[in-house]
Amino acid sequence: MEWGEIVSYAWWTFAFRWLHVIFGIMWIGHLWYFNFTQTPTMPKIPQELRPGVARYILPEALWWFRWGAMLTIISGLILAAFEKKLVGVITIGLNTSPHIASNASLGIGMWLGAIMWFNVWFIIWPGQKKNLGLVQCTPEEKARATRIAGLASRVNTLLSIPMLYGMTSVHFY
Amino acid sequence: MKNPLDSLTQTVVLGFVLTVIMVLVIHAIAA
Repeated sequence: MEWGEIVSYAWWTFAFRWLHVIFGIMWIGHLWYFNFTQTPTMPKIPQELRPGVARYILPEALWWFRWGAMLTIISGLILAAFEKKLVGVITIGLNTSPHIASNASLGIGMWLGAIMWFNVWFIIWPGQKKNLGLVQCTPEEKARATRIAGLASRVNTLLSIPMLYGMTSVHFY
Repeated sequence: MKNPLDSLTQTVVLGFVLTVIMVLVIHAIAA
């Protein structure tokens, strides 16, 4: 097999699907870690040990979480462009007649992913910056920002279930 | 009334309910 055949258009399409899955696991893995493991466990951790989570684990996890989200959406858009599906998925399959079910499924999944990405970068991360003390604020503002960030994280956990249906059902439709 | 998002179980159940609605929407678009 020639090198040119290996690194072909089809290979690049596959490579971006592979990267999209890697970055997606990085993102959703951390989202589920926060919601399924860290948040429910925090009340059970002795008070004197809790700063260890807040000062060392949470900032590191949030870094991988938000950049995982960024690289997931970038690699997903590049993948859709490589597959010549970008317009089809953005319009959730309504740009053609008859409408294409796989574009509807993937498109709804993509829009849910886009909402989740927005939540990460514009609600959760700004809220966590106040929670971690990276941004100066009053105790009331900190409590409110932490609560909103927590709810946005729960919304993302909720949306991750239909989002993953949209992403993985494309070969079914 | 308690916010269902405060419960992890209810959040996951709502995720599956939303998935069913999404499947119905996909079928409606493709019909």
